[in-house]
Amino acid sequence: MNETFLIGGMFAVTFSVRYILFAMAGKVKFPPWLNRALEFVPPVVLMAIIAPNVTMPKGELWLSPLNPWLIASVIAVITALIRKDLLTTIVVGMLTFAGLRFGLGM
Amino acid sequence: MSSQCPRGEQSQSPRHTEFFAGASATVPLLVGAAPFGIIFGTLAEPNGLSALGAIAMSLIVFAGASQFIALGLLAAGASIPIIIATTFIVNFRHILYSANLVAKVRHLPHHWRALMAFGLTDETFAAVNNRYQAQGNLQQAHWFYLGSFLAMYSNWVFCTYIGLTLGNIFPQMQNWGLDFAMSVTFLGMVVPYLKTRPMLVAVLVAAVLAVVSHDLPHKLGLLLSAFSGIAVGLSLMMLGNRNNKPQVSQ
Repeated sequence: MNETFLIGGMFAVTFSVRYILFAMAGKVKFPPWLNRALEFVPPVVLMAIIAPNVTMPKGELWLSPLNPWLIASVIAVITALIRKDLLTTIVVGMLTFAGLRFGLGM
Repeated sequence: MSSQCPRGEQSQSPRHTEFFAGASATVPLLVGAAPFGIIFGTLAEPNGLSALGAIAMSLIVFAGASQFIALGLLAAGASIPIIIATTFIVNFRHILYSANLVAKVRHLPHHWRALMAFGLTDETFAAVNNRYQAQGNLQQAHWFYLGSFLAMYSNWVFCTYIGLTLGNIFPQMQNWGLDFAMSVTFLGMVVPYLKTRPMLVAVLVAAVLAVVSHDLPHKLGLLLSAFSGIAVGLSLMMLGNRNNKPQVSQ
């Protein structure tokens, strides 16, 4: 079944990454450039996921002040810069989105 | 269901103290993780993952960001190998955490190290790292780790279940813009990283390329933009180090 392969595969790669160094108990060292490259991974990957979601929510590029996904994202980024608190950012972003989409019917 | 001392030891033994200290040090982080777990649960079925699959994923994979990404990719029709490859890339950061912790777990038997590896999350790493910074005594520190891990784990699985239930009670929840919750949560996670110019450029490159390459099959654009962003950021960082110039601020 598809979900079995999906979950099994996700487990295998996730656990391998978490376990390999523990298993070898530190006999391996990364070259410095790889360590540096790893620092970029989380934000870059996350942004590569977010960008199409909020700029093309209906499948086509929609760079407009009428795009609630985009505007709420901008508000969320500003909130994150000011408050540096994940929960606040999520709540403000969601409320903005809900207000624009359902309050103003955008 | 609280299990008392299995071997009839005194309840004040260090391992209990460490275990509960680990769990309570993790409580504030649970508050941040809970909505994430609930949203994962509500999004699962609308995005094409069964309820059983969602619970199994939380129980077996136990990796927040990649579970969300898997949902997004499932909904977009990505193939399973692409989802697994993306999971690998997204979770590769854990190797940095384990590289940090390896000196602290070297003395432990393999089954302990395997269990701790399974429970290695951003939150538990943060909690355990504080514990190691505060006191160097490693004797029972793995019980602190276990306490933190089990707090995160039970919270994550429980919140997944709550989310699934809410999603069933309010089936129209998927039209409430909860898909945006994933984007906004990720945005909130990205912003704290944007402290240096190479990082900022890397993220912008990835964003633009992800939009441009959106129509490539199997979500290959995601990997392409991620690798490009990393390559550009790394190059800028190394050029900056080589020139050894003070950072230009505007």
